Amino acid sequence: MSADNLQFTPQIKLEFKINEKDFFVAGESASRVKKTLQQLGLHQEIIKKVAIIIYEAAMNVAIHGDHGMLRIYIDPVSILVETDDEGDGIPDIELAMQEGYSTASHEIREMGFGAGMGLYNIDQCSDELHIDSKVGIGTKLQAKVYLTKKEPNSDYSS
Amino acid sequence: MISNFHSVKLDADKCKGCTNCIKRCPTEAIRVHDGKATIIEERCIDCGECIRSCPNHAKFAVTDGLDKLSAYKYNIALPAPSFFGQFKNQEHIEDILHAFLRLGFDEVFEVALAAEVVAYIVHRHLMADRVQKPLFSSACPAVLRLMQIKFPDLLKQCAPVLTPMEVAARLAKEDVRKKTGLSPEEIGTFFISPCPAKVTEMKHPIATQHSAVDGVIGANLIFKDILKEIIKINGHGKPAGLQRATSQGMAWGFVTGESKNVDFGRSLAVSGIHNVISLLDEIERGELQDVDFLELQACTGGCVGGPLNTTNLFVGRVRLRDLIKRFGPKEPFFDEKKLAEFYGKGEFEAAKPFEPRFLMPLDEDVAQALIKMERLDQITNDLPGLDCGACGSPSCRALAEDVIRGIAYETDCVIKLKEKVRTLADGILDLARITPQVPPDSSKHE
Repeated sequence: MSADNLQFTPQIKLEFKINEKDFFVAGESASRVKKTLQQLGLHQEIIKKVAIIIYEAAMNVAIHGDHGMLRIYIDPVSILVETDDEGDGIPDIELAMQEGYSTASHEIREMGFGAGMGLYNIDQCSDELHIDSKVGIGTKLQAKVYLTKKEPNSDYSS
Repeated sequence: MISNFHSVKLDADKCKGCTNCIKRCPTEAIRVHDGKATIIEERCIDCGECIRSCPNHAKFAVTDGLDKLSAYKYNIALPAPSFFGQFKNQEHIEDILHAFLRLGFDEVFEVALAAEVVAYIVHRHLMADRVQKPLFSSACPAVLRLMQIKFPDLLKQCAPVLTPMEVAARLAKEDVRKKTGLSPEEIGTFFISPCPAKVTEMKHPIATQHSAVDGVIGANLIFKDILKEIIKINGHGKPAGLQRATSQGMAWGFVTGESKNVDFGRSLAVSGIHNVISLLDEIERGELQDVDFLELQACTGGCVGGPLNTTNLFVGRVRLRDLIKRFGPKEPFFDEKKLAEFYGKGEFEAAKPFEPRFLMPLDEDVAQALIKMERLDQITNDLPGLDCGACGSPSCRALAEDVIRGIAYETDCVIKLKEKVRTLADGILDLARITPQVPPDSSKHE
């Protein structure tokens, strides 16, 4: 099928508000989206990737942001996970992407979070990843997963 | 092939159309339509949660009766470990086993003994280098069926081993075949079961093509008969050597027994289907990678909490523990060498991979499914969000999904219906207030 054959491209948007140190919304939103994706009949691998991205991205906002939003856009071609927060920001994105690198406080680590796997896992699970961050202001993260194994911009009809 | 056979059934005469079962069902597999519950077959995992929650006992499990013994020349009873916790404490395990023989079985083989074999094999799997951890127990068929539809990605982490029930049937049949020269078809094996999921597992096993179990008798059906025989035995004339399972195997009757028997590294034991679901959600997101073995039981408390057991779960557990303390432990029946031989031969390994079962999506076409999902979200937002279940669907969102799938109406919601009635009533009132342009001629009759 091809999205181009339709008069418009159907898109669903799911939105969740994340407050500082709200560690529950990450799990809840990941579960909620997982169920939606299963009802859409998407492949298990894709569902798993998206669930991990949502969980880790929302956790990052809860840990490092003052508050923020989590939005998920689903269309017939791809799924975009977006977080937008006001908070610490990331001084060195490349460094932050490395496995095990963490700036989480002692308190957060005591709670069992902040193992430095968040951005690394998100990177592993997404097909495209954009991070815009300003220290002391906030971070915007956009992670995209394509619904087909093919590269973006190629023919999606099957 | 995916079959929709289920052991859990509804007695429509007893069903009052209340909504207790739809709210408890872990896979949202039940709806109440026209005042009666119906089970959506593709979603049911035979966990028996509805049997437990139905106040009118309208849900039941289809199991076999003792009459089925006549179909075989030689019959073997395979009592589950949890069965021994059903009796008051004065009975010796030996007496309970003996009662099966008096009831017409030619032999009795404890599933607890097979459980010890399974524990050894799982332990050996955990020792392998390339095993992905945590390794999940595959002993509870209701949990496996839950994973098939809700957590298909985790199936590859389930221990590829047959269930203790299956191993018991195979070991027992082989023993009898050697002893009597009968063919396997002439030997009947009957599992004495605490749960309906085992019936489904016998008819359509997940890990093998054909089950060696020939019948499953509900613990609730045979309990009274066994009790009568125990009273008749009254501690006299017990045949020696029927009890071969140690406390290790017997402890599989309650949660933690299995992981203690497997005895490898760090383990975690979780019981209760809703607890299992929340833990699997966590694991799917990458939690608990530092745990080696995960014991998962659909029933709270493990098999003693099975819906077909007659005794309260906590009473059953304490009785089983007491029995184990009093009569075990002793030397294991199978020594290390024999166990290693079972493992080496690989005869109790799963014969096929655990396959996922995909539920029907909203639409085969993703774009169409998205359009339906948008509509589903709209309907959900319009519904009151009380999740009261009075419409016959387990939640407002489930009702919205049923509307999209064409099996329900928005006005099945009582709040929505009331709104509609009020709008209609307001309309009628408005019409009644309108003064006709031409007044009726009231003077005509005067």
